[in-house]
Amino acid sequence: MIIDEIGRIGETYTPEYLNREEITQMKMVTCIIRPEKLESITNTLDKLHIVGMTVTDVRGFGRQKGQVEHYRGGEYTIRFIPKVRIDVVVPDEDVKKVIEAVSRTARTENVGDGKIFVTNVENAMRIRTGEVGTSAL
Amino acid sequence: MKSLKMKTFLILAILGVSALMGFATLAKAEGTALTDQDLTSISAPASTDEIAAKGDPGADFTGNVRDVTVSDSKKGLTLADLANQAGQNKIAINFVWTLICGFMVMFMQPGFALVETGLIRAKNANHTMMMNFMVYSLGLFAYYVCGFAIQMGGVAPVANLGGLYPLNGEHVVNFLGKPWALFGTKGFFLHGTSYDVGVMVMFLFQMVFMDTTTTIVTGSCAERWKYSAFCVSTIGLGAIIYPLFGNWAWGCGWLSQLGVNFGLGHGYCDFAGSGVVHAVGGLTALACAMIIGPRIGKFNRDGSPNAIPGHDLVLVLLGCFILAFGWFGFNPGSTLGASGNGALRIGSIAVNTMLAGCTASFSALLYMWIRYGKPDASMTVNGLLAGLVAITAPSGFVNPIGASVIGWVAGFLVCLSVEFFDRVPKIDDPVGAISVHGINGIWGVIAVGLFADGRSNYGGSWNGVNGSVKGLFYGDPGQLVAQLIGVATLVGIIFTMSFLWNWLVDLIVGQRTSAKAELAGLDIPEMGALCYPDFQLKAQDYAGSSSQTSKAESLSKS
Repeated sequence: MIIDEIGRIGETYTPEYLNREEITQMKMVTCIIRPEKLESITNTLDKLHIVGMTVTDVRGFGRQKGQVEHYRGGEYTIRFIPKVRIDVVVPDEDVKKVIEAVSRTARTENVGDGKIFVTNVENAMRIRTGEVGTSAL
Repeated sequence: MKSLKMKTFLILAILGVSALMGFATLAKAEGTALTDQDLTSISAPASTDEIAAKGDPGADFTGNVRDVTVSDSKKGLTLADLANQAGQNKIAINFVWTLICGFMVMFMQPGFALVETGLIRAKNANHTMMMNFMVYSLGLFAYYVCGFAIQMGGVAPVANLGGLYPLNGEHVVNFLGKPWALFGTKGFFLHGTSYDVGVMVMFLFQMVFMDTTTTIVTGSCAERWKYSAFCVSTIGLGAIIYPLFGNWAWGCGWLSQLGVNFGLGHGYCDFAGSGVVHAVGGLTALACAMIIGPRIGKFNRDGSPNAIPGHDLVLVLLGCFILAFGWFGFNPGSTLGASGNGALRIGSIAVNTMLAGCTASFSALLYMWIRYGKPDASMTVNGLLAGLVAITAPSGFVNPIGASVIGWVAGFLVCLSVEFFDRVPKIDDPVGAISVHGINGIWGVIAVGLFADGRSNYGGSWNGVNGSVKGLFYGDPGQLVAQLIGVATLVGIIFTMSFLWNWLVDLIVGQRTSAKAELAGLDIPEMGALCYPDFQLKAQDYAGSSSQTSKAESLSKS
């Protein structure tokens, strides 16, 4: 059946040791920050020896409301404000220091500094070598 | 037909009269002068009825003796009419040429706007475009109020444009036994005697040159210049600083009279303005950039520069071509005519212009390719523009080989200069305005003193000294001295004036935007609207060391 075929295709690409039980214990730390803070936060993470991050340009708002601007005599509101989203996956024991360092670097004490979210990560794999778990980070 | 008979009779009459006149000249040793009587027998090749009946697709009958303006229809066509028409035709050709070239130079404004906007980041595009846009209106008005008068108030006579006799007021001081003409005194608001057809043409042409100077400054100060400060600074440049040097060089001022007063060649020679326009603009750009300071993120704490890429190279390259096209109005138009006084050299001037731009783009391209491994688009653009800047002063005086060499040097010079300003004095110049216009403007001024070949002839003299402009390589070292005095004036007086003026503007208005505004992008804080509201703008990430980011952080906290 098709499902069997798909399973077999998956088998040819997946190394065997993915079937083993691995102790993962990683968290994804998602930071929504001001765009101008990107560089300093990257350097902060660098100093913490966090290797690897994903950066996306996003827009949104929290409690920071939009701005009112004018165009050809009329008013309009910019609701969504440009921000940068940084996703880093770190081992559990590093989560606290990452949150602390990032928040310290990103804080300007003005409205719009951003937020940090922590989510669970079930597993991770380095594609080139096939390593899984925290050694994939 | 009756008309055919008439035609035949008239043709025979003309032939008869011509034959008689021919015999008359052969018979007498001295010919008799033509009289008005002789003109009455000239008639047009076809009558108006005939042309109305069949049209004139082959231009056989259009444009003839009927079109000569007759001042007194009772007297008919006179020799005076013929002479006046000839003179007026020459002035008309010159007016048309100068005006069309002036329009082309105005078209260089969008060229500059595109080059600058392409080289800065998208978050500042609205602000940069608006600076380049308003520089036209601000400069024009400042020039109309007093700039033109200060620069050209005493420039009469200008043969190519019909004399410009009303512009006969110049303030002269006596010093060391010589007259030093300092500034003009006629032409304010183009009012009174300046309401004159020739003066209008000169005003338009000179105004677009002034505007080129003011738009150069917006390049070096982009991405951190307060819009209000830009407005005030531009008005000062267009009203006083540019017109002063313009008077000294082109308005029969003391720099142009160095030949007459001190025997230094033909005085300071600057055909289309490497010094007057580009060096003044480039040095003012330098002064402003020094006062305003570099962009946040440009230099690290250890002084090493970071690259801040522009947001659209298409605009840069397009803008460069628009500038190159407009330069065909800049240089050839500076003859102020196409008829008389050597103005037929316009073709030679245009070719010199093309060649210098071409060789300069080559040398810049090769330099970047060999040194850094890849041909660099923005530096090649800077190279081509540097060549055009450098040929601007010598364009009317050199031959094509000289033009090619001048351009070749200019291309290398601009690359070296951009590196120099980034690494040694650490002056941030987003578009290379200081290197392209300032440094190569000075090179162009010096190049006149070297490469002017003495083969041009603009009415037998230049700046009141008989003969043709010659440089060092063609036997006149005095010319080089005059050019160097011009350079010294630019660097010593004009740069100082610009620095003091902009320092004053900084004191009163404040030149630089706040760090918060600069980091957010000037479009919203200064102009209230994004240039690209439909696009998600990327957050910047420069390859800078952590030491300089602490400055950015502390600045953004304010």
